[in-house]
Amino acid sequence: MRCKLITGILVIKNMALISFTNRGIYCKQGDFYIDPWLPVDYAVTTHGHADHVRWGNKYYLCHHFTKAIIKCRISADLIVESLEYGETVVRNGVEISFHPAGHVIGSAQVRLAYKGEICVISGDYKVEYDGVSTAFEPIKCHTFVSESTFGLPTYNWLAQNIIFDDIKKWAIQNKENHKTTVLIAYSLGKAQRLLQNLAGDLPIYVHNSIGRLNEAIEHAGVPLAAYQTITPELSKDELQGGILIVPPVMRDSKWIKSLQSAAVGVCSGWMQVRSHRRWQSADAGFALSDHADWRGLITAIKATEAEQIYVTHGFTSVFARYLSEQGIAAQAVATQFGQEDDDVAAEKEVII
Amino acid sequence: MKKFSRLISKLEQSNKTNDKLSALVDYFSEADDADKIWVIALFTGKKPKRTINTKLLKEWIIKITGLPTWLFVESYHNVGDLSETIALLLPPSTSESDIPLHQWILELKGLVRSSDQEKKEFVLNAWQKLNTQERFVFNKLISGNFRIGISTKNLIHALAKLTGLDINHITHSIMGKWDPEQITFTDLINGSHVNTDSSWPYPFCLAHPIDVPVHELGPPLDWQAEWKWDGIRGQIIKRNDELFIWSRGEELVTDQFPELHIALLGLPNGTVIDGEILAVRDGEVLSFSTLQQRLNRKIIYKKQLEEAPIAFYAYDVLEFGGIDYRNEPLHTRRAILEQLLPIENIILTAPIVLFDSWEELVEERKQSRELNSEGIMLKHKDSLYHNGRKRGDWWKWKIEPFTIDVVMIYAQKGSGRRANFFTDYTFAVRDGDQFITIAKAYSGLTDKEIKEVNSFVVKNAIEKFGPVRTVKPELVFEIAFEGIAVSKRHKAGLALRFPRIVRWRRDKKVADINTLEDLQMLLQSTLRASER
Repeated sequence: MRCKLITGILVIKNMALISFTNRGIYCKQGDFYIDPWLPVDYAVTTHGHADHVRWGNKYYLCHHFTKAIIKCRISADLIVESLEYGETVVRNGVEISFHPAGHVIGSAQVRLAYKGEICVISGDYKVEYDGVSTAFEPIKCHTFVSESTFGLPTYNWLAQNIIFDDIKKWAIQNKENHKTTVLIAYSLGKAQRLLQNLAGDLPIYVHNSIGRLNEAIEHAGVPLAAYQTITPELSKDELQGGILIVPPVMRDSKWIKSLQSAAVGVCSGWMQVRSHRRWQSADAGFALSDHADWRGLITAIKATEAEQIYVTHGFTSVFARYLSEQGIAAQAVATQFGQEDDDVAAEKEVII
Repeated sequence: MKKFSRLISKLEQSNKTNDKLSALVDYFSEADDADKIWVIALFTGKKPKRTINTKLLKEWIIKITGLPTWLFVESYHNVGDLSETIALLLPPSTSESDIPLHQWILELKGLVRSSDQEKKEFVLNAWQKLNTQERFVFNKLISGNFRIGISTKNLIHALAKLTGLDINHITHSIMGKWDPEQITFTDLINGSHVNTDSSWPYPFCLAHPIDVPVHELGPPLDWQAEWKWDGIRGQIIKRNDELFIWSRGEELVTDQFPELHIALLGLPNGTVIDGEILAVRDGEVLSFSTLQQRLNRKIIYKKQLEEAPIAFYAYDVLEFGGIDYRNEPLHTRRAILEQLLPIENIILTAPIVLFDSWEELVEERKQSRELNSEGIMLKHKDSLYHNGRKRGDWWKWKIEPFTIDVVMIYAQKGSGRRANFFTDYTFAVRDGDQFITIAKAYSGLTDKEIKEVNSFVVKNAIEKFGPVRTVKPELVFEIAFEGIAVSKRHKAGLALRFPRIVRWRRDKKVADINTLEDLQMLLQSTLRASER
């Protein structure tokens, strides 16, 4: 709670705009939740990953692209209102607007403004432009809610063009060695990013769960590079000459074993560390992430000029402690975010 | 060093033995001979003497990055490897270089008498011109520990493929003591030094756990049964009036066991015997924990000599009269062994367990525990002394371990491959309405189970002490162990030997676990057994 001295009288300015409840992040003044994990009447939604948007809320508010995504992923019956980036709606006097978070297509930071008090809930974000999600924009605010998935100084990414060059070289080598290139990537976000940045040299084939999502995204107005959805009719020879993008559930599937000697590449920020690469026992690991790296997190937070930071998931206590020692008031908060999208059973659907 | 750095990436990247082999063969066919010899040395654990300690490295990286010490420590816990943590924390390099591997090693070695300041300048300068992966490799050169999923066996296979030489020949050549600075690659591989060095040991022959019912092994008469002893497997070598004692870990342990020096008088030159180093009093083998007080000591006190007197139970003879006997059948070797031994009451032939039928052996095996033995070894009487583990001729038939149900109360992040999961668990049994720590274990679960337990720990952590979490006592595990002993160091007053997880008992609740009293009773019953 912030205090301000006005004409000699100590006045308590505003009540905090958000609180952390067992249903999720709650805005009392506006009577709505942001990315709740239990059913509520009104859910303001940052993006379409399963740990941020769940089935069962009465109303949803999100960006146009996220609307298309959640209708495809959760249910076409959801009641969803959607906005453009920068557009504002007012609910019980609280202004709500969405601003690009650069995490995945449609991902947004939620900006709340009420009587001059500004709070930004960023969901998940990354600072580097990935070529397909609208680029991250820093928003000045009093309170900033941040992730810290990679909130340790050992996680700093290489520029994405370097990583994509590595992936391309690897894929071409596989093709020459009569191996089939299979990339493991989350179906929302990483899959589109790979598609967009790898397209051109080798044909790209995607798993049908990614194919369906791509169709919804294209339908919502985001042009994607050319790809083909994998069907049983496609011969293994054809697939061997291309790049296959499949979600993590397929990682140990029989189908992968049925390919012409699959070379499996995992694309994830965790691949930065050897122990994770070995744990995955993949043929290649590429440290490509849709989350901000250490430097990205620090830059983004400084740019908000916020007085209070809440760290909701990732290396929360470590990251909050570091910020506090740097003179930025920060607090770790326990939430249910950070359970990565594709780990959730929802993806475990019919394989090809 | 770029080639070596690429080799390390390739070896780490693949989990397929064939990929690893071809990466090694590729490397060895194009690398400089002076580098190759060091790669063999590093991969077989022959590390050069360390000249820069961990403390200095930590000090420098904290200084360079300006990170608070605690954050460096957190990062290290997350990565699970100091060399890698440093490589990842350093700011991007400013230039490139490709100094050969052997030159880096020799320059590092040359720092032995340098001041801390000179060491610092050397290392910081090196970091500046290496990329992340090369920095990691360079840091590993400083520490000398290359544990990267390459077994000596893989290495030997690659060398055999490359040179066309026999696998056994290469195995023998690269064993024992050799100095990478004194020997050439060709000489090492050809083993021209083997005959000139008296200390040369032979690769140990190992047994597989038996996986068929014993009676399917054929007529009992074809088999020799011995007790399986729980000590230090070793080789005693006497050549040219010199005595050498090797442990299975390829360490020379001659000085640690003065009792065995009588072999110098008792054995003829040109003899190599294989057996077990044990603590033995009045013909009774003592527990491994008794032997333990004699291990890895620079100075041995009189008290230790008295409390844990050493004997050697010989299983086999590998060389006799300077001739390699490994390709003679076991019965021939055993006959020679019985002529050579005993030497006083100290170097003895390992006793043979006599049996006429498998049923009889089953009965005999039941007394293993009372004898402080781990079970029975079965060796075909015609078996040769193989290099390493070969199925069919030698079997180990261990006794069933003890098992109890325990609850997990602490979890800690693993290291290496498991650095990012809580994989090391501390278990407790019930003591009244309290829990008391009884064992720590970290193996026995599948990757999938580890992930599940990991997410339980994350959700149910009560307190945090660095990498350790106190967790809600809820998950029940069945653990197995080989023995139980009184221990003053442990709060429970007893210690388990070789505890490991057998399975996760999802069907059991905390109320169902064993109690401290159960374990005390078990301890009493085993003590009574060894008194008899």
